Amino acid sequence: MTKWGFVIDISNCNACYCCFTACKDEYWDNDYPPYTASQPKHGQFWMNILKNERGKYPYLKVAYMPVPCMQCDNAPCIKAARNGAVYKRPDGIVVIDPQKAVGQKQLVKSCPYGAIFWNEEKNLPQKCTFCIHRLEKGGIPRCVQACPNECITFGDLDDPQSDVSKLLKSAKAEAFHPEWNTKPNVYYIDLHKMTKYFIAGAVIYGDTDECAEGVAATLTANGKSAKTTTNNYGNFEFDGLDVGKYTVKLECAGYAPKTIEVDLKTDSYLADIVLAKA
Amino acid sequence: MNSSVNGEQIFTNCTTGGPVDVYVKDGKITRIEPLELSEDDPTWVIEARGKKFSPENRARVSSYALAERSRIYGESRLLHPLLRVDFDPQGDRKAANRGKSGYKEISWDEALDILCDEVKRIQFNYGPGAVLTTPSSHHNWGNIGYRHSTYFRFMGILGYTYADHNPDSWEGWHWGAMHNWGYAWRLGIPGQYDLLEDALKNTELIIFWSADPSTTSGIYAGQESAIRRLWLKELGVKMVFIDPFYNFTAINYCDKWFAPRPGTDTAMAVAIAYVWLTENLYDKDYVAKRTYGFEKWCDYILGKDDGTPKTPEWAEKESLIPAREIRALAREWGQKKTMLAAGGLGGWGGACRTAYGTEWARMMVLLAAMQGLGKPGSNIWSTTGGAPYNGDFFFPGYAEGGICGDALNSAAEYQFTPRGMTGPHPVRSTVNDPGGQHIPRILVPECILDPPQEWRGKGFCGASTETQFKKYKYPEDGFSEVKMFWRYGGSYIGTMNNTNRWVKMYQSPKLEFVVNQSIYLEGEAKFADLILPACSNFERWDISESANCSGYIPNSSYGTNRRMIILQKKCIEPLGESKSDYEIFAMVAKRLGFYEKFSNGGMNEYDWCKKMWECTDLSKHISWEDFEKKGYFIVPLPENYKPTPELRAFAEGRKRDTPDWGPVGGGIEGLPDAEGHIATQTGLIEFESQSLKRFDPNDDERPPITKYIPSWEGHHTRKLYSKYPLQLISPHPAYSFHTMYDAKGCWINEIPEHRVKMEDGHYYWVIRINPEDAKKRGIVEGDIVRAYNDRGEVLLAAQVTERVPRGIVHSYESCAIYEPIGEPGESPDRGGCINLLTNHRFISKNACGMASNSCLIEVAKWK
Repeated sequence: MTKWGFVIDISNCNACYCCFTACKDEYWDNDYPPYTASQPKHGQFWMNILKNERGKYPYLKVAYMPVPCMQCDNAPCIKAARNGAVYKRPDGIVVIDPQKAVGQKQLVKSCPYGAIFWNEEKNLPQKCTFCIHRLEKGGIPRCVQACPNECITFGDLDDPQSDVSKLLKSAKAEAFHPEWNTKPNVYYIDLHKMTKYFIAGAVIYGDTDECAEGVAATLTANGKSAKTTTNNYGNFEFDGLDVGKYTVKLECAGYAPKTIEVDLKTDSYLADIVLAKA
Repeated sequence: MNSSVNGEQIFTNCTTGGPVDVYVKDGKITRIEPLELSEDDPTWVIEARGKKFSPENRARVSSYALAERSRIYGESRLLHPLLRVDFDPQGDRKAANRGKSGYKEISWDEALDILCDEVKRIQFNYGPGAVLTTPSSHHNWGNIGYRHSTYFRFMGILGYTYADHNPDSWEGWHWGAMHNWGYAWRLGIPGQYDLLEDALKNTELIIFWSADPSTTSGIYAGQESAIRRLWLKELGVKMVFIDPFYNFTAINYCDKWFAPRPGTDTAMAVAIAYVWLTENLYDKDYVAKRTYGFEKWCDYILGKDDGTPKTPEWAEKESLIPAREIRALAREWGQKKTMLAAGGLGGWGGACRTAYGTEWARMMVLLAAMQGLGKPGSNIWSTTGGAPYNGDFFFPGYAEGGICGDALNSAAEYQFTPRGMTGPHPVRSTVNDPGGQHIPRILVPECILDPPQEWRGKGFCGASTETQFKKYKYPEDGFSEVKMFWRYGGSYIGTMNNTNRWVKMYQSPKLEFVVNQSIYLEGEAKFADLILPACSNFERWDISESANCSGYIPNSSYGTNRRMIILQKKCIEPLGESKSDYEIFAMVAKRLGFYEKFSNGGMNEYDWCKKMWECTDLSKHISWEDFEKKGYFIVPLPENYKPTPELRAFAEGRKRDTPDWGPVGGGIEGLPDAEGHIATQTGLIEFESQSLKRFDPNDDERPPITKYIPSWEGHHTRKLYSKYPLQLISPHPAYSFHTMYDAKGCWINEIPEHRVKMEDGHYYWVIRINPEDAKKRGIVEGDIVRAYNDRGEVLLAAQVTERVPRGIVHSYESCAIYEPIGEPGESPDRGGCINLLTNHRFISKNACGMASNSCLIEVAKWK
């Protein structure tokens, strides 16, 4: 069987918004029966872009995340629909029938990802279909075609040789909000950039006032630890952390070691950590 | 003739953001997709560090190119000729009501009658040059329809005073760097030949200094370079960003971010040189053999001449970047093979548009020289240029004269004009000639309202470095002041500086008649007496090469991964009563009696396209019929292609070997073709500029030895700084190309980094402010705020973000719409023209460039 899916690499998205405008171009004023009715010119974002800013000047991280319909295997919209207005195809794509779904505004709220939009003029809920009408002609979804950054990969999740399957195997890809239990078919690489926190810092040699390069940094929490080394700017970083209590230990030959306790509630940048000569 | 599937036809076309396939059904455009290339089209492979790299089989275009359909059918499309309701050419013209009184639809016949009567009256009464004209840049794409082509052909015959464009994207390179390394024919910016391969093979570090190539594309190249940055990352090349704004390229590539206070980049650069000098971290052999005047410059750096050593501690006080981090950066740079991405085009960038941004650009060249500029892996390159390039294949860029043949106004250099394109009637301007009358764009309002005016340099000084020094005045001896303004496009309120000046100028009766030829009713178009509706390049024939603006920047299409020459097919009929610019000019020419000359005996745009095919190397490689069928042509590389990286020959003391154009003729540019020479007086990179020394050795605003000069509007201007404590930077926009694709009901407006829709239904332009600055002012994300200073006031949507440090606010320039909420020129603008606030003072007293990024403002919550 074919099961269509996306693997989206958050580290490759630079917010060019090509997927966003390409999607609008595909659907504004264009009907693709029996899958989709045309989109209004403004106000719908079948390919939506989320943003997450972490940290503070001068230590900042910014990530953007394209969010289409997740084509869930356990889709809340199917459950919320009346008269079978939303159905799942054998290839995994979830379709809102543009005729049967007229008037079913409850579908908009049924989607926890906010991927369903209300068309006021047509009295119709609407969303992304991975461009079924293009797939049928052997094409690819418009957003995938438009992406210049190898951020969105599309393919058959059931085919072990497909690009998506290979990516899923080689990188740590995860569903967004798996706890909602909708079983999405869109996976994300480096999702921690949207959902987790970092502890970073800048270490300085107290005697020379130079950036401290090569300092061993150890992060400890709940008996587990991770290690890294400061770079030429004296910076170290531990990313992908949950909130909680952490200990950062900094060690460098010739200098007194330093231990810092961090009660991590949001991203933390420890500026100007001065190591004193031993 | 065009591919057709299910009753849908597919046409090729091109935009400022790349080439596209246009799908049309029943006379309406249904979709616009990136141009699909064929597997059979020629391509290349670069092997570097054990990997192979090849471009994809599809054009990579920008988001706005994909939003083109929403713009073509945009809400403010001009569909009929319009006349200002209270404009009476026979009686009171009520100039003071321009921008206020509204319009009525009239017929083309009426419009042409009014226009031609005014042209005849003004020419008869005041003589040549009384008609002022100037076009907006980039509003369309295509070598036939572009302003250097059709527009100049018409205006050249008519006889016009031209508002000469200043190099508004690269001022510092033009007025500054040119004096240290030549490149006049490239308007001061460097070539990028084969630097992609050089970087993939050799580079260890890229320093993006005032560069955001993900958004500015170099220029015109859409997203073609995105994949190159992925390759560089894959190879482990480290990337550092120096920019007061944590920009969109930084998002995925930033290993270290420095955000110097705007206008202090030069201080940081000077301190880097100090570290290199005092720690022996520079290429002494290169400096000795390939540069001139180094010792004198060292005296300044080390403080021997002024008693102030330019230490990192000294620079920290100016830039607020910790001295130890400047040292760490200098050491890393001094030890690694480094590409300096100084601006997004390899010479560009917001820092070159600060007060004395001339000195920043000059300093960039000199720092690169200290690290062996041109040696493997060490150059000035921004990832956006330098794909493998067949420079022997001749096809022109948009600024080479086109159907006009006006070589003089082709910006810098041209190869095209002599090739027989224009038939028996090439056109040169009789007024906009070195001996004629001029107005510099920066001083248009002053020239109209308050003549006489004086300045140096005629717009782009591409002929030679020395043309920058020539003094001009307005009005020129023997010429009338201008009486009529034929404006082509309407962008300047959103792109020039201190632009309430423009509003006041338009409302002056000294302009007896204003006509605007535009596609959209926006910006300055709303200040015209008569408006002529033009159509887009999807509604007429044209021909072009993607990203080729040769004439400005020779061979700039190395910004795309492969040279893509496009037949821009007429996809649909012009909307409403709009007409192509060529047709509009042809109609006027008929009435004024020079249609035969203008149209070269009746040629239409399709005929001109065919002629361009014929006059270029295109006709040697593909028949017209095949070209028309396929719609595009990919230029193949020669067999056994040998890369010639920019400045490699110079670094190695050899004769120049790149396919670049200049310098031509020698003489004034030294001995350009001598071995190991560049086009400066000494043939070397000049730490002490000989052209500036000749011009005025005592010019303290652009001295022969480049220096850090504090801004005329910044933290040192204490009185102003205490009143307006926020430093505004307004770089080129990320999501529109200048004013194109902004507003007009375009999808780009729904990108929250571009505009934000507020409760009142209006999409407000975004300003970015640091959380602490916002908190102090009671501003939260999504508030409507007023940004203001003594020059004006703009209403904007606040984005509260750490992407700008405290004390700095960021709002892109190039808003398309000007919407004063009260009296035009006097009241706040809710369109978003941040340019109302920026200073129009020259970048340096003897260089008439603009310095938008030196601007102090205050921001407060609106109501």
